[in-house]
Amino acid sequence: MDHGGPSHHRSAAGSDESQSANETVIQAGGGSFAVHIMDLWAYRELLRILVWRELKVRYRQTLLGAGWILLQPLLTLVVMSAVFGAMLRVPSHGVPYPIFVLSALLPWGYFASSINRACSSLLSNAHIIRKIFFPRILIPISAVLAGLVDLLVGMVLLAGVLLVYGTVPSLRLLFIVPLTLVLALVALAFSLWASAANVRYRDLSFVVPFVTQIWMYLTPVIYPLDLVPGRYRFLLEINPMTPVVSAFRWAVTGDASPSLPPMIAISLGLSGVLLFGGLIFFRRIDRDMAEVI
Amino acid sequence: MSDAIVIEEVSKRYRLGASAPADTLREAITRFVRARLPGRRPAPEMPSAVARDRREIWALRDVSFSVARGEVVGLIGRNGAGKSTMLKILAHIIEPTSGRARIRGRCASLLEIGTGFHPDLTGRENVYLSGAILGMRRREIDRKFDEIVAFSEIERFLDTPVKHYSSGMYVRLAFAVAAHLETEILLVDEVLAVGDAAFQRKCLGAMSPGANKGRTVLFVSHNMDAIRSRCGQVHCFDRGQLVFSGPAAEGVDYYLKTSDLPAPVTAISLADNPAAQCEGLRLLDITLRNPAHPAVGPCTGDPLSIWLRYRSTRAFASPGFSFAISDMRGIELIRLTTLPISGFPIEGLHPAGAVELFLDELPLVAGPYALSFAFVRVNVAVVFALPNVLQFEVAPSDVYKSGFKPDQSRGRIVVRHHWSHAPEADPI
Repeated sequence: MDHGGPSHHRSAAGSDESQSANETVIQAGGGSFAVHIMDLWAYRELLRILVWRELKVRYRQTLLGAGWILLQPLLTLVVMSAVFGAMLRVPSHGVPYPIFVLSALLPWGYFASSINRACSSLLSNAHIIRKIFFPRILIPISAVLAGLVDLLVGMVLLAGVLLVYGTVPSLRLLFIVPLTLVLALVALAFSLWASAANVRYRDLSFVVPFVTQIWMYLTPVIYPLDLVPGRYRFLLEINPMTPVVSAFRWAVTGDASPSLPPMIAISLGLSGVLLFGGLIFFRRIDRDMAEVI
Repeated sequence: MSDAIVIEEVSKRYRLGASAPADTLREAITRFVRARLPGRRPAPEMPSAVARDRREIWALRDVSFSVARGEVVGLIGRNGAGKSTMLKILAHIIEPTSGRARIRGRCASLLEIGTGFHPDLTGRENVYLSGAILGMRRREIDRKFDEIVAFSEIERFLDTPVKHYSSGMYVRLAFAVAAHLETEILLVDEVLAVGDAAFQRKCLGAMSPGANKGRTVLFVSHNMDAIRSRCGQVHCFDRGQLVFSGPAAEGVDYYLKTSDLPAPVTAISLADNPAAQCEGLRLLDITLRNPAHPAVGPCTGDPLSIWLRYRSTRAFASPGFSFAISDMRGIELIRLTTLPISGFPIEGLHPAGAVELFLDELPLVAGPYALSFAFVRVNVAVVFALPNVLQFEVAPSDVYKSGFKPDQSRGRIVVRHHWSHAPEADPI
């Protein structure tokens, strides 16, 4: 249970007699919230291994192995470009539609698959949770982190598509790095809620794929934001994924709506609140997880 | 001598039925909507059933003891006495309801064999995965890797996914990882019962009184010989309370004297188990009996009766009972269901009934096994299941009349058989 780092939670009262540096105190309520979060650092090695396991297992089982990571967004891109770009002629502000859609599809795909994977992650690791202690939050976190590899491969695809269209990206493209961080935090916030809630409500893992499917159409992924009539636009603007997806698109294509910066601020704030709430909710479920899972 | 583990008035309460507000989102939403619809009462919940379910079970009640550094301590008691709950609390897996425990030093727990093993990963990969989950650092695993592999004796299959391993290979690799845990404190559940001698020497070299190397071990077992030979002190639990603490030999005597069941015979009361009931049906108990040698209990080659008593307020449509026996690695060895496997139809449940599964000859070698139960609607669904509801020990017997009593070191199953040997030309 102790991974060599600091003990799970040290005694909150530092006044205990003969307290050694290595003492673990186990009591109802566990450690304080802050201590709980700080402990994650001690388990970084386990997190690394869990991410590695996630990737290994995922791509060993598929027929095409790692090739699948590239093929999946490529096929989606082809279908979407054909249906929405060529046939339905969705406006894309002068940007070639494949670039327009892929620049938003990548962050969206990462977001949706992170939540879906995280949602079932705790239950599929129930056998470990019942038998050994480690911060269970590492499990949804590793699901969210593992998806970054797919996103990275998707970026390679995007670079290929940019090359095909002879588009020279500007330095703006570097914004993708901080934007990916924002994206991962938003994905983590929702993943914490989904994974913990799924421990209590087992049917959630059937609902989440459906919800993310609908959600994609409420996010300007395949169409530009200004295609939405003004009075309905608030629906997209309260969606924390709208600014994230729009900002990715801006970084790639330079296409932006003037309200993007304040929207990103709002999205960040909202995600921060969701993330914090998610951590607390997760902790609550975590307390008797081994008994109910 | 300083204490490695100090346990102060630790209690663990389970609330029956009360802590589950809803199991599915659908249920939760239905309940939420119902409660808010005008003119509708909240979902009717059978008040009497609710009142009954608010009962509490104290799996542990005000347990205090301490373990000195370097001591090897056994926790004994009947099934459900609280010893495994104690171990799980110390292992941080479940939280105590009150009280606290202090652990000084790095601590690892072995509650099952192959914790964290993933079937699709290779042996090599699983060493790293399981090692990390058990609490080893990467450098530590790197350093001991060759030793672990040598100990497991599966070098040739190191890059084969473990799902292709035989169960023996799997267990050896799992034990090899566990044996190389080098923490100051080790919490060990029954798993060691299936460990072979080499593992026990390696991992628990310290586990003999007087000859320890400073490692503190807390050890749960039903095997009184192992307890007597390895532990210095024992703590005996009964119904959540500590009833005896003292030297191992005295503790074992106390346990054998006070446990009202002759050691090998096994029965478990399910009346207080919330998992052993559903709307309308309540299980009372499961009893294993050896009609040929009642004093011996389950025994290789002897008949075995598995007897389940229940109370039911409903007849149920196409009810079915299922019993399965697995070994301690979780491999299911036998599963029998009234329907379809045994072709024994049950028309409906009785208000007070019993079902018996009678094995003419128990085809299992000596050793520990677990019995699982499920109540099903035949070919439709499992209504509820009690995995590993009861662990029992099969007593050795010279079934082959060879002077050799088969145990789990050589297979799991006994079969009636015979050999022949003749020159090839002659018809056998």
